[in-house]
Amino acid sequence: MTQELSRPLAPAVAASADGSKSSGRRRRGKVGQETTNWSVMVILFLCALTVLLPLYVTISMSLKSTAQAVDGNAFSLPAPIDVSGFAEAWNLTNFPVSFTITTLVTLGTVVGTVLLAALASYAIVRNWEHRLFRYSFFYLLAAMFLPFPVVALPQIQLTGLVGLANPVGVTILHIMFQLSFSILLFTAFLRSIPLELEESARIDGATTWQTFWQLIFPLLAPMSATVAIFAFLASWNDFMMPSLIIADASQQTIPVVQNIFQTQFSTNYNVSFASYLMAMAPAIIVYLFTQRWVMEGVTQGAVKG
Amino acid sequence: MSTPITPASATAGSLVSDAERGRAAHIAGLRSRRGKPKVDPVYYLFLLPTLVLFTLAITLPAVLGIFYSFTNFIGFGDWQLVGFTNYIAVFSDPAVLSSYLFTFGFAFVTVILVNVIAFLLAVALTSRIRLKTPLRAIFVIPMVISGIVIAFVFKFLFSNSLPAFGAATGISWLQESILTNESTAWIGVVIVTAWQSIPSTLLIYIAGLLSIPGEVYEAADIDGANAWVRLRSVTLPLVAGYVVINVILGFKNYLGAYDIIVGLTNGGPGTATRSIAMTIFTGFTGGDYAYQMANATLFFIIAVLISILQLRLTRGKAALS
Repeated sequence: MTQELSRPLAPAVAASADGSKSSGRRRRGKVGQETTNWSVMVILFLCALTVLLPLYVTISMSLKSTAQAVDGNAFSLPAPIDVSGFAEAWNLTNFPVSFTITTLVTLGTVVGTVLLAALASYAIVRNWEHRLFRYSFFYLLAAMFLPFPVVALPQIQLTGLVGLANPVGVTILHIMFQLSFSILLFTAFLRSIPLELEESARIDGATTWQTFWQLIFPLLAPMSATVAIFAFLASWNDFMMPSLIIADASQQTIPVVQNIFQTQFSTNYNVSFASYLMAMAPAIIVYLFTQRWVMEGVTQGAVKG
Repeated sequence: MSTPITPASATAGSLVSDAERGRAAHIAGLRSRRGKPKVDPVYYLFLLPTLVLFTLAITLPAVLGIFYSFTNFIGFGDWQLVGFTNYIAVFSDPAVLSSYLFTFGFAFVTVILVNVIAFLLAVALTSRIRLKTPLRAIFVIPMVISGIVIAFVFKFLFSNSLPAFGAATGISWLQESILTNESTAWIGVVIVTAWQSIPSTLLIYIAGLLSIPGEVYEAADIDGANAWVRLRSVTLPLVAGYVVINVILGFKNYLGAYDIIVGLTNGGPGTATRSIAMTIFTGFTGGDYAYQMANATLFFIIAVLISILQLRLTRGKAALS
């Protein structure tokens, strides 16, 4: 209600503020939040459209009948709404299999990254004065400067040799490539936890093991959430690594499956777009529920480092 | 990884202040009073699995790869050391050179486009507007979508909708798909990459803009600065550190471009949009493993040089963040 009431007033306030210089200064201070820059809003809405347009096209194309989709008109609304594209994409790409594999790889990556990075970070931060731990930090961080293509060929060769040219191998590699970023976030956070907390636990006779699991790991929860979401997105969406590492095409993850079936979709655009939508929906849904951590993670990753 | 969502820069030296070092020594001292503090063996248990896995999965392949770049290994069978032969050949290989030329040109254009758009959006999103939260939420969406999947969506738009638009408006060069033309295919790659990587750049700029204290703008207002002067003389210098971070992180990401190009053009038409990563991967199927490892090693050296540049520049600007 108050929102609706203040809206018509906004331009009036802005107009009167422009009238004199002294009130213009005041506007920035106290009443600043009540005035709205409408021209900026119009531009932002137009920009938001360019973000939403490909998503609209994906959804609307996926709901068309094959007969309607074949004309290639991206912007027409589906008439009639036909969900057979989903059924066909589901069967053609064997979606349940690729979905299960991708879910397991992603789950493994998330759990593995959070556990390994949290444990390693705790050991590093609490033993910083020991050379092994200090050097390990820089050693693990160095991977941040290592693009995957540089080590791809030997990794393909080695995973093949040890029987890891499969989703398990991809999971391990996903964890390894997430480590640097995650350890950077965890160590920065651990340094901000007051040591007094830990000291009192230790005086009560808690071992390092107990201190970590009962005190530190729960305290790390917000940072674990950020680390987990970035591990999730990197793993769920990755195309390069699974496409190169997984030898058996029937064990491929969802993004690679899209590429494999690209030629078979041909002009059945409703089928291909239904398949794309099923591939991107899980990540978008997870994002909608975890926006805060996603946004914080980006800034912390860049600024804390 | 090619995903643009690993924005991290390590100015590791600044991570550890003397105070923290002192506190760490203090807690260690609690455990053993005399002489050098002893490490609880459990800490080794915490760290070693990660160190061992990391060494096997990353370091070993890297060392092995660099070693093979000095051999004539083809991916299997016997091999001999051949010194710098591969490197000399790489430098005079037109296929490799054209992939470097394309990738650097593409990265250069994309980094400018992304940073200009993301900065302006960040300024807009931190100005006096309504619906800040939902708008920001929408702008971040592209970041969470798989590169190759969204590339397929754009490929459809570029090959169906854009030519239809060209035909309707009579713009002749739009009437055929921009992706099938050697001189315009790169534009498609730039657009999709920009679409996907603007969000993370934008979020870093928003953090930068929010870190500027309001008093600075009040002072500028008192001096009678208009919006443009405020942007150029107040905002830009104060977020300079963030610009450096974004430009270097972005450039590094775009040099590894792969997913989106595979989805859009698969390196074509011809080899017009073949990136460095794609060229390296031909060593897997093409039988020139050692040769492409030389290429990969050069790529690695370039990545390290860019990282060193980043450390130099961001350490200088550390006071800002």
